[in-house]
Amino acid sequence: MLKLDEIQKRLLMEVADLHKVPEGAYNIRSNSQSAGRQSTANIEITPKTDVSGLDIRIKPGTKNESVHIPVVMTQSGLTELVYNDFYIGEGADVTIVAGCGIDNCGPKDSEHDGIHRFYVGKGAKVRYVEKHYGSGSGTGKRILNPGTEVYQEEDSSVEMEMVQIKGVDDTERTTTAELAAGAKLVVRERLMTHGSQRAISTYVVSLNGEGASADVVSRSVARDDSYQKFDAKLVGNAACSGHTECDSIIMDRGRILAVPGLEANDVDAALVHEAAIGKIAGDQIIKLMTLGLTEQEAEEQIINGFLK
Amino acid sequence: MIELQNISFAVDSDSQEKEILRDVSLSIGDGKLVVITGPNGGGKSTLARMIAGVEKPSSGRILFNGEDITNLSITERAKKGIGFAFQQPVRFKGIQVLDLLRIAAGKPLSVGDACNYLAQVGLCARDYIGREVNASLSGGELKRIEIATVLAKASSLSVFDEPEAGIDLWSFQNLIEVFEGMRRNIQGSSILIISHQERILSIADEIVVLKDGRVTASGPREEILPTLIGTQAAVRECRKNVVKKDEVGVC
Repeated sequence: MLKLDEIQKRLLMEVADLHKVPEGAYNIRSNSQSAGRQSTANIEITPKTDVSGLDIRIKPGTKNESVHIPVVMTQSGLTELVYNDFYIGEGADVTIVAGCGIDNCGPKDSEHDGIHRFYVGKGAKVRYVEKHYGSGSGTGKRILNPGTEVYQEEDSSVEMEMVQIKGVDDTERTTTAELAAGAKLVVRERLMTHGSQRAISTYVVSLNGEGASADVVSRSVARDDSYQKFDAKLVGNAACSGHTECDSIIMDRGRILAVPGLEANDVDAALVHEAAIGKIAGDQIIKLMTLGLTEQEAEEQIINGFLK
Repeated sequence: MIELQNISFAVDSDSQEKEILRDVSLSIGDGKLVVITGPNGGGKSTLARMIAGVEKPSSGRILFNGEDITNLSITERAKKGIGFAFQQPVRFKGIQVLDLLRIAAGKPLSVGDACNYLAQVGLCARDYIGREVNASLSGGELKRIEIATVLAKASSLSVFDEPEAGIDLWSFQNLIEVFEGMRRNIQGSSILIISHQERILSIADEIVVLKDGRVTASGPREEILPTLIGTQAAVRECRKNVVKKDEVGVC
């Protein structure tokens, strides 16, 4: 059923660690077409009829199952807007692997804008992994604009890992979340930009119920002439706790703007923001050089560790 | 064999030249354990950093096994067989203890071998091997990991800058066993330690006293150590936390 060329297979490996057809439910989207889809007894994937995209319904109580919905684009000049909605039933415990890889060998821009909405039922647990990757020697840009909306019911838990290490020229990521009582959101973002890339990441997390908590941490590296903006806002509307952190390394002529935003609308809301931006510490490079690495190798080790 | 010939080093301080090292000459033979002692601010750490290549002398030459390494980089010196344990170990976000030991060994290192190095510095290996070398580790833990990286590097000359600082909970005896083990396990291995702890001075083959940037005494331990007892250049363990910078410590 799956007909993918070598470039598409390589992109799939980069964004979803897939070497073959995944187990469990999946939909693989290639150049705006479905290259393969499978539902399971507990996870139903159906295409939307009004717009491009999927509805993914996970039955209550589904345990230890996974959904893969990677996207690959190899056709230069392709622009798409996709809506994927996830309905995660009460008490379910699932892993969702998304991600988009663009290989652009042509002169025209390729763009994938994916809007993911998560409706997370009471007590459900979701682990969400999203990797972005770009390759290809064309002059056309590789553009990814992910929009993520998360609606968490009581005592649900969502862990999101967002990774963009290489090759995406322009990205604007917008993530909003609304948490009911006892819900927990953990976000780990890892980002590296190089060349003249630009990456904007905006979060607005509303903690609406007692005991809700959010921890949003971004680790990023800006090299060459690239630019990043990390704009994270937490809104505490109840007795809740929230923490955001932007920890960044700048190199060459890279620039980073970190915008802390905390809004406490309840006297028992405890909100913290941390931000640190700086170049690699000289003594870190010296230490690794005394172990036999060159300056460049030392920098690579430090960055690899930082983004691991 | 490392030989320092007429090393001087000056820095600009408030637009005045300040001499840190003045015409220092010394040599460390193969298989020797040499301790450099002397009062704080005497230039000991600068000398150690100069051997590792972190600082370059204003004048003078450094020969390593007969080769002039004065203008070689830190990396080139490390590759030729010079190891260096920092006085203040460096923290790394994300790099794990195992990663650092593997970089130090410069070759594939099994988890078992890595654990052996940690065990030698008194750390329970399985608790540490996967830990990040970051601020979650205490100063003492970092110091021991620092020493373990130098062990893993297995250099023909290992330089330790105040290895005992910060490892209060770990006995001196264990630290001394580490040095003795290095001498046993690395053929012709020489060790240079910066320290003013009497216990460390007492295992030296030779002692060099550095004061105000000059070598004021050097020779076999038997000759030099008795002259230092009761001064800041040979502090007993029991007083190491209470000796002030310019106090002449008597236990």
